[in-house]
Amino acid sequence: MAKPVLLVGTRKGLFLLESDGDRRDWTMRGPLCDGWPIYNAILDEDGTLFATAASEWHGAGVWRSRDLGETWEFSSEGIAYPEGSDLKVNKVSGLAAADGRLLVGAENIGLFESRDGGQTFSLVSTLDGASGRDTWNDPSMQAPGHLGLSAIFPDPGDEQKIRVIVQGNSIFDTDDGGKTWTPRNRGLRREWPAPPDPEVGFCVHKLAPSPVDEQRWFQQNHVGTWRSDDGGANWIEITEGLPSQFGFACAAHAHDRDTFYTTVLDPLHTRTMPNGECAVWRTRDAGGSWQKLTKGLPQRDAHLGVLREGMVADREDDFGLYFGTSTGQIFASIDEGDSWSQIADFLPSISSVRVATVA
Amino acid sequence: MADVHLPSTLKPLFDGLPRRVDVDAATVADALAELDRRWPGLQDRLCHPGPQLRTHIHVYVDGERGDLATPVGERSRLDVIAAISGG
Repeated sequence: MAKPVLLVGTRKGLFLLESDGDRRDWTMRGPLCDGWPIYNAILDEDGTLFATAASEWHGAGVWRSRDLGETWEFSSEGIAYPEGSDLKVNKVSGLAAADGRLLVGAENIGLFESRDGGQTFSLVSTLDGASGRDTWNDPSMQAPGHLGLSAIFPDPGDEQKIRVIVQGNSIFDTDDGGKTWTPRNRGLRREWPAPPDPEVGFCVHKLAPSPVDEQRWFQQNHVGTWRSDDGGANWIEITEGLPSQFGFACAAHAHDRDTFYTTVLDPLHTRTMPNGECAVWRTRDAGGSWQKLTKGLPQRDAHLGVLREGMVADREDDFGLYFGTSTGQIFASIDEGDSWSQIADFLPSISSVRVATVA
Repeated sequence: MADVHLPSTLKPLFDGLPRRVDVDAATVADALAELDRRWPGLQDRLCHPGPQLRTHIHVYVDGERGDLATPVGERSRLDVIAAISGG
């Protein structure tokens, strides 16, 4: 029987939560990766676990395990900018795998790849020539905790096509393997002065593509919630009906192109769920209306935050939805969000939640 | 031979790396280069490209705060510290 595994990246290592298949009882292993801060983790099609990590002491790199977390190796070989470059790798966060290739996003901003299962890496692009590139590695232009190239969406079957998020700046697409990059922010809104090129300068937190319609994408960003019906060429705002425009984590329904989930937060210093009420917001009509989902979630004094990679849906027929908080809880739903149960507590601050299925 | 003391956080990354290593070196940079020769990749965990010591990696030669250029004597003790603050 296939078993779902949650890959939970935290400030103090990676944790694995394994279910017996019915996704009601979970057992936990961790902290793994020697307790390094983990920004993202995936299980690739060959069954290798990868985790992007950045230590305040020892720098940034990628942990890998070929035995589902029993043993680990670390590599940063090739995750560096050319000698003489003024760029420096402070952190790696974005992580994706497709077509036998592992892709890693870095701060300062660059895209690296590995074609040997995470043993060595090489630089794909520093997005030279992309709009805004001249300023986005300047520390004075960055927010605290900057993740750099925070998300990567390869196009399976065509390795020339990749979509990325440059944190605090833009969605960019390349269709030539990283030589040129085109911003994809049309229709987005900002609440700060536009840069010289108004096509960029948006704070995109999270993209959630529909698994069943490649044209349908959802987005949670700094000032609202959007959807695209044309693969990200144009964005339509769907914030109305939500209690806050600010949020990080979101997820698309596994089987329905119109259903989407987000976890909005108060936007100022707190960045926690409004009124101390833990809630997930669901639309079933592509953003036309929203339902507040609270059954099983704490409704009093629950000042929970969820970071951008903190929510995920699996791909089962009766799909599961999961989110992890910056105070170390994980909640799960196996009825499309109608009800929730807490499946973990007392973890370190959670950066990412990913799900994989193992035999 | 300088007596190099390494932080425990390095041990999980390098097979067989002890906490104390004897190294022939004229400077801290030479010592780290020799360690990198024996355990490839070790210098990257302590230094940015350049090389330049990582922000929270401190070195002390015979009890005095040093840097990559600090001379290391035949009988020096070189401490490499993963610096901790807060609490």
